Formats: sequence, C-alpha cells, structure tokens
Amino acid sequence: MSDAKEPHLTREEVAFVAHLALLELTDEEVDQFTWQLEEVLDTADAMTALDLDGVEPTHHPLGFTNVMRPDVVVPSLDRDEVLAQAPDVEDHRFKVPAALGEQ
Amino acid sequence: MHAAPAAFGTAAQIADDVSSGTTTASAVVEQHLARISEHEGDIHAFNLVLAEEAREAAAAIDERISAGDEVGPLAGVPVVLKDNMCTRGVETTCSSRILKGWKPPYSATVADRLTDAGAIVVGKANLDEFAMGSSTENSAFGPTHNPWDLEKVPGGSSGGSAAAVAAGFAPLSLGSDTGGSVRQPASFCGIVGVKPTYGSVSRYGLIAFGSSLDQIGPFSTTVEDAALSFEIIAGHDPLDATSAPEPALPVRSKLDAGVEGLRVGVINEMNGSVIEGLDADVLARSRAAAEALAAAGAIVEECSIPSSVYGLSAYYMVAPAEASSNLARFDGVRYGLREDGPNTALMNQASRTAGFGAEVKRRIIVGTYALSAGYRDAYYGKAQRVRTKIIDEFNAAYKNFDVLLSPTAPSTAFAMGDKTADPMMMYLNDVCTIPSNLSGQPAMSVPFGVGDDGLPIGVQVLAPLMGEVVMFQVAAELERAAGGAA
Repeated sequence: MSDAKEPHLTREEVAFVAHLALLELTDEEVDQFTWQLEEVLDTADAMTALDLDGVEPTHHPLGFTNVMRPDVVVPSLDRDEVLAQAPDVEDHRFKVPAALGEQ
Repeated sequence: MHAAPAAFGTAAQIADDVSSGTTTASAVVEQHLARISEHEGDIHAFNLVLAEEAREAAAAIDERISAGDEVGPLAGVPVVLKDNMCTRGVETTCSSRILKGWKPPYSATVADRLTDAGAIVVGKANLDEFAMGSSTENSAFGPTHNPWDLEKVPGGSSGGSAAAVAAGFAPLSLGSDTGGSVRQPASFCGIVGVKPTYGSVSRYGLIAFGSSLDQIGPFSTTVEDAALSFEIIAGHDPLDATSAPEPALPVRSKLDAGVEGLRVGVINEMNGSVIEGLDADVLARSRAAAEALAAAGAIVEECSIPSSVYGLSAYYMVAPAEASSNLARFDGVRYGLREDGPNTALMNQASRTAGFGAEVKRRIIVGTYALSAGYRDAYYGKAQRVRTKIIDEFNAAYKNFDVLLSPTAPSTAFAMGDKTADPMMMYLNDVCTIPSNLSGQPAMSVPFGVGDDGLPIGVQVLAPLMGEVVMFQVAAELERAAGGAA
C-alpha cells in the first residue's frame, strides 16, 4: 500500500455502504473495515495491469441461460412447516412491524 | 492421538462389511460415536452430533439387511455434512447467529442422495460463518482444531468436515468449495478433498455464498472413497437450475489404470517464481509429486496460466459481490434471528447487525461497494473479464495436457490466531485454489507427505470441465506414490 495515493474509501463512505446493506457499524468497526477494505481494493487494482480490451465477461462457468421445467404443478414446501420457522406469524402469513413510520 | 483417518475402515470397506453381514451398521455407528465422545471436546468438528438419529438410521439399515432387502453402496457408512447443507427438521446454522435454531423444511439433494445410498449422517460440521474464511475461526460457535495439532487450524471454510474425517469421526464428509474451502482444509488435515466441475453436483439445499463459484465436494481418506461418493452425489438434479444435465461421471473406472503416457502440466506461476508466499517445503512436495508421476510414465512438462496471478484480485470482487446479493435474504422476516425495531427497515437492520459476524459484514460491504453505481464496471465487470482470460488460458493448456498440477495451499496448517487480524493474509491461502472456482473446472487435493513441521501437505490435480475421470486417475497414482492412504 503506497502512502501517497488517495484512499479508495473514506470512513464516511464505508459507513454509508454498510447502511445500504442494512448493517450498522460501531465506530471501531468503521475504523477497522476502512483499512481492511482498502487492502482488498488495492488487490483488485492489480487487475488494471491486464489488457482486457475486447474480452467478454464470464457470468457463469457453464453459460446456461433460461433453464425451464415443464409447466406442471408439483408439490411445494408445506406451508405450516415453513411458517413454523418464522420469527412472527399471523393468519398464516409472515408478520413484520410497520413498513412505514414507527409503531 | 487425535488424528486417526479411517480409524474403523474406509467407506468402501465399511459398506462391504455391512452389506455382507460381517458387521452391522449399528456396530459401526457405535464405534464412531464412541470416538466422537472421546475426542470431540478437544476438536470441536461439529455444531451438532446426531447420535440418536444415527442409531435409529443404523437400526433401520440392519433391519433391511436381515430382511434381505437391497441396501445402497454406502450401507452403514457414517457421514458428516457441512452445516450449510439443509437437513429437514434438523438445525442448520451456517455457523451463524442469524440462523441459530433454524430447522429447514427440506433437505439438500446431496443429503438425500447419501442417505438413499445407505449412509448415516452422524453430525453437522462447523464452518467459517457462511463459508467465508480459510481457518474455521470465523464460526459464531467457536473454532475447530486440527486433529494433527490442536494448536493449529484445520483450514476452512469446511474445517469441521475435514477435521471430522481426519479424526476418524467418519470416513466420509461433504464440504463446499467456493475458493478452495474443500481443497485447502483437505491439505491441512492430510486427507483427500474434491472440488468437482461447477454444476456437476446439485446445490439444492446448499445455503448460497457465491452462486457462480460454489460447488459441493467430498472429503475422504482414500481417492477410492472420494470417487465412490462423487458417483453418488453427482448427476443432474431438476431442483437446481445450474445443475449440468448429465449423469455422474464413472470416476472409479480408471483408478487402477496408471498414468503411462498421460500429459501432466506443472503450473509455472505456482512453482514459487511468480506467485509469492509459497513455502519451500510445500513447493518441494509439489515437485516430488511431479517426479512421481514422471516415474510412473507420465509426460511431465511446465505450463503457464499467466492470468492465474490475478485470480485472487478477481475472486475477492466476484465472491463478495455474489455474497452481498445472496445474504440479502437474511432480514429477520421469514426465518432466523429477529431483533426488534420500530419499523420493518430498522428491524431488518437490527437483525442483520446482531446476526452476522465481522467477516460476513466485511464481505457484504465489499460486495455492495463493488456492485454500486459508478464502480460496477471497474470492479465486478473487470473481475468477470479476468475470469474469461483465466478460462481461455486453462483451455489452451488443456490442448496440450490431460491434467495440471500445483500445490494446494501455500503452507501447512498455521497456528490459530495467526491470520485473524489481517483479512488479506487469510485470503492469500486461496491463491492456488481460486483459479479453478473462477473457471468452473474440477480440482482435488491429495495428501503427499509432510512439511518441515511434520504436518500434512496436499498437492492439487486440476482437470478440464467434466474431466473428473482423468483427475481421479492421476490422484490415485499420487496416492500410490505417497504410500497409500494416509
């Protein structure tokens, strides 16, 4: 890591990206993640040494697209068994706190 | 002594003995459960030991045998599943607080295929949380210890599965390999570990980490056992849309064929001259493996995969990007931990913040950043192009070679706590294994002697897509050269 170059990420950006991912970090975590993510992005920068002009991206090693099965009804998971694992349930549905505002 | 691979016979021997009535599944299970009781306290290979369930399953197998019913090719064989593979009604945690107590409503296809073949699941193995790590120290439920030296890590992320086999808790286990998570712990624990061709083993019921990289594979003490279990778990599964529409390859067919005339390429970049940080004793064992294959009649030459040097850079963009997407499903709504919040978004955030450990959070943040507007092409897009280059170079090499050879991991098992402070130090463990995940091609680690510290060293055999038959053929020769099973 060179001291002279601009860092990829500031503390504030790390906290913001965490917020986008629905994670809340402590101040200590933000400090630690900022230098650790900098190392990862430095490593990623090594790729700029490669000539990638005209190289197509690989999304998937086997290159499958649109795998379909016959449109026939088959048994699915048991509803009660699935709901039994949910943190909160009402009337056979997953229950969450208010989506907007506060409750 | 904690290390005792195949303490009570290999999977093939046990299945033969149980099927022929020489022993019973119940007796086999009791032997293994007794060994688990004695050593598990020191090793912590398991998140959950399924003693009663295993006894019941064994009794059922024995009943079928006395009734003269057909039992499968793994009759009575104790197996261990990595705890990121769903087992219906049985807690499956990914070694994460966020899934503590979760009992899946369905089983992974690999679990069903093993039990349909007569195998008996004796436990769910510890792992780095959500399979993110190379030492099994990132588990929310405490680390696993290496049976060869309790102060050393077993490798990871499938460290519990590897340690269970090395300790003689079961002759066979399954792990998942996203960047080396089967092969590196196999090397550290002195056993065989396989990363099959992407799509050849169903991932239905495997909790996803990096969906374009993840593949399930076996750990065993012999190449034959790995081949036997691969033939059972591989083959098309309509429940997995990424499953290759082909039957399992007959990988046991050439185990005794030798390597006369086969062309073996030694990957130049991984011989210590280009990729740095590979230990001298590891490189020496890799060279010895090449010499052993040459002595057995193979044509051994150097080859080059120049872009493999950039594998680590590409992987640590692709894997976190896919992980950040896959782990978005853990939000406290349908399963797992919920922490209260005044509204749904804050409940989601509180649940994820309390449920995920540090390494998982790091990777979610890296992945979210790599996919964010303005950076996506510079990071994720570039990494996907590097991936294409690596694939092209491997394919060019396989025009001249049947298999390729390299070290599996840069070192023998390292001390617990040694690499936890600096994630990049930990990530470097995967430098030789990552290229095969990026390319989707199969690779496996075979024990080939020990290092200066007396701990096991594995060598890696790599093969083209769906090249498992020749990969196992070469692995079997290395096993013979190393003096048989560990």
